[in-house]
Amino acid sequence: MNITVTINGEEHSHDVEPRISLAQYLRETLDLTGTHIGCDTSGCGACTVTVDGAAAKACTLLAVQVDGCEVTTIEGMAQNGQMHPIQEAFKENHGLQCGFCTPGMVMTAVDILKNNPNPSEEEIRHGLEGNFCRCTGYHNIVKSIQHAAEKING
Amino acid sequence: MIPAKFDYIKVGSVSEAINMLEKHGDEAKILAGGHSLIPAMKLRLSRPEMLIDISGISGMDTISEDDDEIVVGANCTHSAIASSELVNSQLNILAQTAKCIGDIQVRNRGTIGGSLAHADPASDYPATILACDAKIEVEGKSGKRTIDATDFFLGIFTTALTEDELITAIRFPKVVNGSYHKFFQSASRFAVVGVAAVKEGDSVKVGVTGVSGTPYRATAVENAYDGTSSAASHAVDDVDVMSDHFAGEEYRSHLAKVMVKKALEA
Amino acid sequence: METFIGKPIKRREDARFLKGAGKYTDDIKLPKMTQAAFVRSPYAHAKINSIDTSEAEKADGVVAVYTAKDGCGEYGVPCGWQVDFKNGDTMREPKHPLLASNKIRHLGEAVAIVVAETLEQARDAVELVVVDYEDLPAVTCPKKAMEAGAPKVHDEWDDNAAFDWCIGNDRAEVEAALASAHHVTEMVYRNQRLAPNAIEPRSYIADYDVNGDKWTLYTSTQNPHLIRLLLCAFVLGIPEHKVRVVSYDVGGGFGSKVYHYTEEALLTWISKEIGRPVKWTSDRSEAFLTDAHGRDHHVKSKMGFDKDGKIVAHLTDEFCAMGAYLSTFAPAVPTYLHGTLFQGVYTTPLIHLNVTAPFTHTVCVDAYRGAGRPEATYLLERIISKAAKEMDMDPAEIRFKNFITPFNGTTEPGYQTQVALQYDSGNYEGVLKRGLEMLGYEDFRKEQEEARKNGKLLGVGISTYIEGCGIAPSAVVGSLGARAGLFEVGHVRVQPTGKVQVLTGSHSHGQGHETVFAQFVADKLGIPMDDIQIEHGDTDQVAFGMGTYGSRSLAVGGSAIVKSVEKVLEKGAKIAAHKLEAAEGDLEYAEGKWTVKGTDKSISFGDVSLTAYVPHDYPEGLEPGLDFSSFYDPTNFTYPFGTHIAVVEVCPDTGKVDLQRFVACDDVGNVMNPMIVDGQIHGGVVQGIGQALLEEVVYDEGGQMISGSYMDYAMPRADDVPSIETDRTVTPCPHNPLGVKGAGEAGAIGSTPAVVSAVVDALAHLGVADIQMPLTPQRVWKAMQN
Repeated sequence: MNITVTINGEEHSHDVEPRISLAQYLRETLDLTGTHIGCDTSGCGACTVTVDGAAAKACTLLAVQVDGCEVTTIEGMAQNGQMHPIQEAFKENHGLQCGFCTPGMVMTAVDILKNNPNPSEEEIRHGLEGNFCRCTGYHNIVKSIQHAAEKING
Repeated sequence: MIPAKFDYIKVGSVSEAINMLEKHGDEAKILAGGHSLIPAMKLRLSRPEMLIDISGISGMDTISEDDDEIVVGANCTHSAIASSELVNSQLNILAQTAKCIGDIQVRNRGTIGGSLAHADPASDYPATILACDAKIEVEGKSGKRTIDATDFFLGIFTTALTEDELITAIRFPKVVNGSYHKFFQSASRFAVVGVAAVKEGDSVKVGVTGVSGTPYRATAVENAYDGTSSAASHAVDDVDVMSDHFAGEEYRSHLAKVMVKKALEA
Repeated sequence: METFIGKPIKRREDARFLKGAGKYTDDIKLPKMTQAAFVRSPYAHAKINSIDTSEAEKADGVVAVYTAKDGCGEYGVPCGWQVDFKNGDTMREPKHPLLASNKIRHLGEAVAIVVAETLEQARDAVELVVVDYEDLPAVTCPKKAMEAGAPKVHDEWDDNAAFDWCIGNDRAEVEAALASAHHVTEMVYRNQRLAPNAIEPRSYIADYDVNGDKWTLYTSTQNPHLIRLLLCAFVLGIPEHKVRVVSYDVGGGFGSKVYHYTEEALLTWISKEIGRPVKWTSDRSEAFLTDAHGRDHHVKSKMGFDKDGKIVAHLTDEFCAMGAYLSTFAPAVPTYLHGTLFQGVYTTPLIHLNVTAPFTHTVCVDAYRGAGRPEATYLLERIISKAAKEMDMDPAEIRFKNFITPFNGTTEPGYQTQVALQYDSGNYEGVLKRGLEMLGYEDFRKEQEEARKNGKLLGVGISTYIEGCGIAPSAVVGSLGARAGLFEVGHVRVQPTGKVQVLTGSHSHGQGHETVFAQFVADKLGIPMDDIQIEHGDTDQVAFGMGTYGSRSLAVGGSAIVKSVEKVLEKGAKIAAHKLEAAEGDLEYAEGKWTVKGTDKSISFGDVSLTAYVPHDYPEGLEPGLDFSSFYDPTNFTYPFGTHIAVVEVCPDTGKVDLQRFVACDDVGNVMNPMIVDGQIHGGVVQGIGQALLEEVVYDEGGQMISGSYMDYAMPRADDVPSIETDRTVTPCPHNPLGVKGAGEAGAIGSTPAVVSAVVDALAHLGVADIQMPLTPQRVWKAMQN
């Protein structure tokens, strides 16, 4: 089945099997391997991307479901070689260790901050409930998102 | 994880969806948000041969006011419901419920129609649907019909929908005094127990999910309600209580009473 | 000049991870690569009557299907540690086959592998393999596995024991001391089975190059060199010099990626068979069923006290599951990594631990974050807290009474324990004092008393742990049954331009080696961090290595690098002396240059480097080049310690535990990068909290796993835990050049008993003395009812 998807601002058209997930499509067809597959059943959040601006788990979306949509992956966050303030904040605050859950955390943070530019610690923790991190204990991820909010709000 | 092979069609109208359902019978499944269906397909626990994607049907993702009722389109996502001003002001209990479901990403994709049709015994909406006396609007080859909440849930993953029907909308009365209370399962974050209570004057309507294979109206509680929370002790009267390693029958029964008590006190 | 040691330098590896440019094994695509999927047993114990692969072989895109009958059946993965029976009998070591041939011994054991052009085709064909199983009764509990009549995991032996073992003082002496003790506290419980759950699933690609007659194995491992050694010398018998093992970025390990897994060997074998690369990436269901699990000890323990609360004796018997086969380090975990920590931080004069390690019809158990030490700490810290309650003492007071007095290991000797080890340096009362201060312990007790009057259930739990890490002196572990050395290799390659490449046998999978190692090398060489590159994870680049586990990277791997840096400076000084026309003894090295003392005559590191490679004007008899490799074998383990304190509130209606505060004061020796140490502690603490409150692998009686997905296996999510309050004391390690001890496991070791003791403390007035982990709401509520 042919689909056309705008990914990180660039339009892509491919013929895909209906059973291919968006995560597989990104990783295998487009070589956008920053979207990671941790559980493949929407439990861990490592595959989070945004679809039309809203965070979604790419393992539990079929590629055919996003036909005509705008998808942003972790690779689309930096602009003109400059990391997004959320990415910067993760680096500044040691919000990552092994890096595997990180793309999903960053993309979820996009959604958290879009709907709530000044979240409390509790709101951030609640917002991250769909994303597992096994390395950081979440402490510095929460700090990173708080810091990113401050940066974005200037 | 890869699902078994299937065909996919994105339909543009309810009638097209019904035609496809009719054509493919039990080999077809409706794809709404897909957040229950796709994981099951990946684990090859579910293997439909045809997926009918209804997300493109126009008009099914709106929330509107119709006199004393709020009509929620079946394709409304949990996050659309949770953030709807109309729902928050006129049907707050539904916003409370939607906010408890899954996580941000799941709420962005999962839909109320999909959740109800899937009828997971630990899902959240059924409690609220029951307590509100909502009506489920469905459409099939023999036309439209409305199913009362109390007639809709028949068992674990089983509803009153026939093979060729899909949910188009859920019609709620406006609710002034209602609340939803959930005890989360620590892994899945589904409801071990979810209790919705709607108070009207001296009476209360209580919907319970997670406790039994079929969500239920706690009529024993409603009948015993005296304005206090003492009726909570009847939460599982005549109910076949489920048991798993997170909550055995005894504990789940106790939790049901605790959560009903909270709901009655709210 | 800018120095780096001790500063919170931001990580250099972050940019690639944050941009989605990390290179994990599953991200790699090779030309002509095939995809593999496994046929796995749905039974825990079964006889295989037949396997029919004919339909699968005919399926679309299938390249090959293999069962144990197809040539790979002769191979098995080895165990790396031998622990013999107490009576001298040899450890029972069954063959751990790459594919099961006639018997299934655990749920998910591989029976056949399908190789196809695409993953979809491989998965589809797996369903076409028909296996006729005869289901047999299973035993999953290590205690039940030793009961008479228990189903046997391996038919060749009389019972399920893999070995038994003991350590410490004479049992009769310990029993006598307990019999005459003023007070004896007992505990019987299970340190439950856990699934490590690195978020990156295991992934392997094997690529046999027929023209070069060379294999490359890309693998998500914590120790590529060890995998190469085992694969070549102990499994497939292929020449080690023709095998390259590559482990680029690895998405968390926590022990579970230390071991040599059957899939690595099988793929390597298949790649030559088909003459094409083959990839397999575990899915999460397979990870639950096949990644080595952690813990699973059944414990019965007694600790005796005198009337002042001083410990007089400690006796423990344990049944510790091995699983169906012996995983790489499995026998070491409940023995040498466990019993040797039974001294804890206390002066206990008499200790005896007896361990029986049976096979069970479950996946293998091996080291998981802390490996044997969390189990030891849990026991000691819980039983002491329980004793304090029984003897009506404060849990802090009983600890202060029993602490080993502070010693620095240099002017004061190390502390000789009753269980073989000698601690390097420690100040245990120091961390407890600081921990109590951080918490505001006295005030909390008042608050707790007030809260109780209002029906609120508040509790505090204390844990003062020690762990042995930086493993380990090869001679010591060799005498204890290890079949490998535990040194590390550090190679410093100075380039002609004075830029430095450091190659380490340690492996980073989140620990930040690329940053931390560069920090101390920069300081030692007096050059900018930007001039230093850290490389790891490729056996063709790094001469050898023993990998990363047991919090050993900095203490052992870092020390090896320091040795090489010292060799560089030693040789550099000879070149500098020649160039400066001075005696070597008259030179001093600082800020990246050699200076003739008392003059302004100097030569920079860069100029010396260039001279080393352009040796036109050069010391006579000295070899050109500035390139040194060193093996560092430590003289002792390192012994980090600390105090963890948890504050909880328990919901009286539901039993749900709300973890309100977590205070950690750790002493990991000298600190290279406090930001990274804090991060390691945070992560470890939350894993330990996970064990206390949430995590448990549950097998039913028949050996089916009922916690095999994220719908059923609960792990800490962001809103399950609070921010962690951290602080440190610093007691340097006296026996390694950096004075470091290790921080990777500390969090997971100290935190678990603190949380459980806090919950028990909250419910103590209701008569609750102990609760089985994980402290699910249901368990806590039931404890309150009794």
